[in-house]
Amino acid sequence: MKPAPFDYVRPGTLEEALQALAGHPEAKVLAGGQSLVPLLSMRLAAPAVLVDINDLPDLDHVRVVADGVRIGALARHAAVLRDPDVARVQPLVPLALANVAHATIRNRGTTVGSLVHADAAAEMPMVLRLLEGSLDVAGPGGRRTIPADELYVGPLESSLHHDEIAVEAFFPALPGGSGVAFEEIARRHGDYAMCGVAAVVAVEGDRVVKASAGYLSVSDIPTVVDLTEALDGSVDDTALAAAADVALEQLDPETDIHATADYRAHLARVLTARVVTAAYENAREEQQS
Amino acid sequence: MTEQTHEIRLSVNGVEHEAAVPARRLLSDALRHDLGLTGTHVGCEHGVCGACTVLVDGQPMRSCLMFAVSAAGHEITTVEGLARPDGELGPVQQAFRECHGLQCGFCTPGFLTTITAGIAENPDPTEDEARDMVAGNLCRCTGYQNIVKAVCRAAEIARESEAVR
Repeated sequence: MKPAPFDYVRPGTLEEALQALAGHPEAKVLAGGQSLVPLLSMRLAAPAVLVDINDLPDLDHVRVVADGVRIGALARHAAVLRDPDVARVQPLVPLALANVAHATIRNRGTTVGSLVHADAAAEMPMVLRLLEGSLDVAGPGGRRTIPADELYVGPLESSLHHDEIAVEAFFPALPGGSGVAFEEIARRHGDYAMCGVAAVVAVEGDRVVKASAGYLSVSDIPTVVDLTEALDGSVDDTALAAAADVALEQLDPETDIHATADYRAHLARVLTARVVTAAYENAREEQQS
Repeated sequence: MTEQTHEIRLSVNGVEHEAAVPARRLLSDALRHDLGLTGTHVGCEHGVCGACTVLVDGQPMRSCLMFAVSAAGHEITTVEGLARPDGELGPVQQAFRECHGLQCGFCTPGFLTTITAGIAENPDPTEDEARDMVAGNLCRCTGYQNIVKAVCRAAEIARESEAVR
């Protein structure tokens, strides 16, 4: 199938892009297009206007700041993934990015685009929520910051207004004494995962003092669960089982052609134990270094 | 109503082309229909199969997931641009012939472009890295064994030609 006709503009400034969006209630922003173009080709979406932001200045950056990493709207996944500073400051970002589609898609797709596409089966929206990051958006009234826990409101639905453009994402740095881990299971590497889990664990000595996990493909919106209480300081089998119980109460896996709901729930349970354990070990190592 | 068209210049395999295309023209269709470069194949047309992969400024990208209007200003390389300057087969093409890396050939252009960029980035891939390199391309004939062999062989040929130079 081919996309339905649309008008196309490629503004050279953010102001012009915002005007173009404001002028058409059915306009859509095009950045990498790796999620949008398939939707257009399958005619699941038919915007009247596409505002191509690829010529906008000052958005193609990956910048390490004091408290984290700032990623501009035109930074491709591949550029973020190979940035050694990002891996140093927040290792969960590259761990997750390596699982975003295939290398070919990552060459064009943008990390910020993935965040606003708001797919609960995608890696980066979940990671942004888990890390308690935020998204900066520009609109007719200026720039505002949306905390990640206010960004996702429904399936493929973010709290961005129609006349706003996401300009920069912020992923906080990993604090000392903390570790992260990510694992997902897909039919083929690079395909949508049947389930994926990431964890952030903070330790003091041998004890877990804080732990949370993010889940993809097992709920309508990217979901984060606080596991601190369930683990009660430990990562032994009993604690991990209790943590998985708490997580599953908040998840709502569905059956589709790739996996049954029961199987997805099973994966969520197994992966919770694996990533929490791995994040705990990484935190212990970090503490000793 | 006639659809508005955009005058674009596309640089493909080092040759400048001009075309008038509607904004919704996919790059894959512009290459095939407007420029007559039918070496780029279109399989799934939603980014899954990899048959339409071309190089954009040297990086593999899905030509079915880009609009031709967005590709203006970039250097595109299609399978037609992979031969050596003297017209002989390029390293990846030669390796596919030697290793029997194709059967029906439909997916081959996407593999050739992907691997060309892949071995430029990683000139000596292990078998696992070779598999990872082509993970985004589907082939329904070969079972991939010979394609993986061809990736390693292509890297070898490329290293040898580099050493000769």
